[in-house]
Amino acid sequence: MGHDYNKAKKLVFRGMWLLAAVTLVEVAVSLFGKGHLGINPEGIGFEMFGTFVNPILILVGLALIVLSIYKAYFIIYEFMHMGHEVRGLRMSVLLPVLLLVWAVIAFFQEGNSWEERRSQINDFNQIKVEDVRQAPPSNNGGTK
Amino acid sequence: MAATDELVVLEEEKQEDLWSGGQRPFKASYGKLMMWYFLLSDAFTFAGFLIAYGALRFSSPTWPVPDFVFQTAPFGLHGLPLIFVTFMSFLLILSSVTMVRAVQEGQRYNKRGVIFWMLLTIIGGAGFLGCQAWEWNNLIGTEGMTVWTNPFSAHTEEGTYLKNEDLAAIPALTKKDDGHGGVYFEDARGNHYYEKIDHYGTSFAKDEKLKSFKAGDPYLITYHHGEYQYGAYKDTAGNLKMESYGPKGFGALFFIITGFHGFHVFSGVAFLLIILINVASGLYEKRKNEYEMVEKIGLYWHFVDLVWVFVFLAFYLL
Repeated sequence: MGHDYNKAKKLVFRGMWLLAAVTLVEVAVSLFGKGHLGINPEGIGFEMFGTFVNPILILVGLALIVLSIYKAYFIIYEFMHMGHEVRGLRMSVLLPVLLLVWAVIAFFQEGNSWEERRSQINDFNQIKVEDVRQAPPSNNGGTK
Repeated sequence: MAATDELVVLEEEKQEDLWSGGQRPFKASYGKLMMWYFLLSDAFTFAGFLIAYGALRFSSPTWPVPDFVFQTAPFGLHGLPLIFVTFMSFLLILSSVTMVRAVQEGQRYNKRGVIFWMLLTIIGGAGFLGCQAWEWNNLIGTEGMTVWTNPFSAHTEEGTYLKNEDLAAIPALTKKDDGHGGVYFEDARGNHYYEKIDHYGTSFAKDEKLKSFKAGDPYLITYHHGEYQYGAYKDTAGNLKMESYGPKGFGALFFIITGFHGFHVFSGVAFLLIILINVASGLYEKRKNEYEMVEKIGLYWHFVDLVWVFVFLAFYLL
């Protein structure tokens, strides 16, 4: 018991350093992506399927998301002791969260599509049309 | 062969027994199990908010740049992108660690240990709330961001800020006194044009480096004496223009999501205090269940830290 306790105590403080380090890495990656660490990755990239793709910024975003999910995993499994719970409990709590994967895909896609519609409407509003119709016929008889 | 069959049957009977009542199939008490399911439902609430944030951000042509919006810290520190909020995250991580220690001490029935580590947890949580209060106060009072107004935006074109002298030379503008010792210029439509001076008093228009900007450069409409002072500039074609507000949803999303999280921290601190008093009174010692109440509030507290991971990701990092 005493031995286990000391081991558990050590694990907690190891977790603290781990979470702090991951957070620092995240901030560094984020600042790098925004061009604060010497190099500005903005503007680097290539055209693909009509959109501009910046591989560095995509990697930065992915790294941030993966590191955050790792932090979430660590908090749930180590600090909340999910790793020590029965499989049934684990699954009944964690599996429903997978539904969110679809929510994220669907709603972000929807947001993107609003943006496209909006800029389309904006573009149409800029179009100046010359009136090529003939002069309206003179109003005789008062029909309509 | 027969022996294995028997074992299978035994195993099945055991499984049936497991769910036929009188014991805990998940080997967790009712209270702890319900805390888990409450946290699951709460996770969906936060996910709903954060997904709404993502959808609206995707739907906007521009979005305030986080390292520009969040670059101020107490004691007059400025120009430190994300540093203050990183400190806030550390506070929350630390208070999570002290909470784990409190639960461990509870399992050993070490009352003094539980009290010590819970106190540290409460201090961490209160510290986080204090930092958030400062951040909100700075955003609302100094920088002028509210639920309805978002002065943070980014330029969509190249341009140069105009000095008061430049503005005075434009015949379509009338010079007016702003009532605080400054001036602004009004056009026929009633728009107010100001020389770009930020709330620290630095004039952008008079600074050779600051006066020109590119498309995509972030800016903050100066908020002074309770008024928004829209910086006047001319674009590359020489047209007179003024700064305009950023996407309106940003302020509302920021205050609602960080506010909802802060409310969770606040109620967490309140519950921690109540449970701390009960620990000190010896209530949980008598229950002989390894201080399970401390473990349950611990689950909630870690969840608050967990949510912050994603709020931090959405608002500050990405």
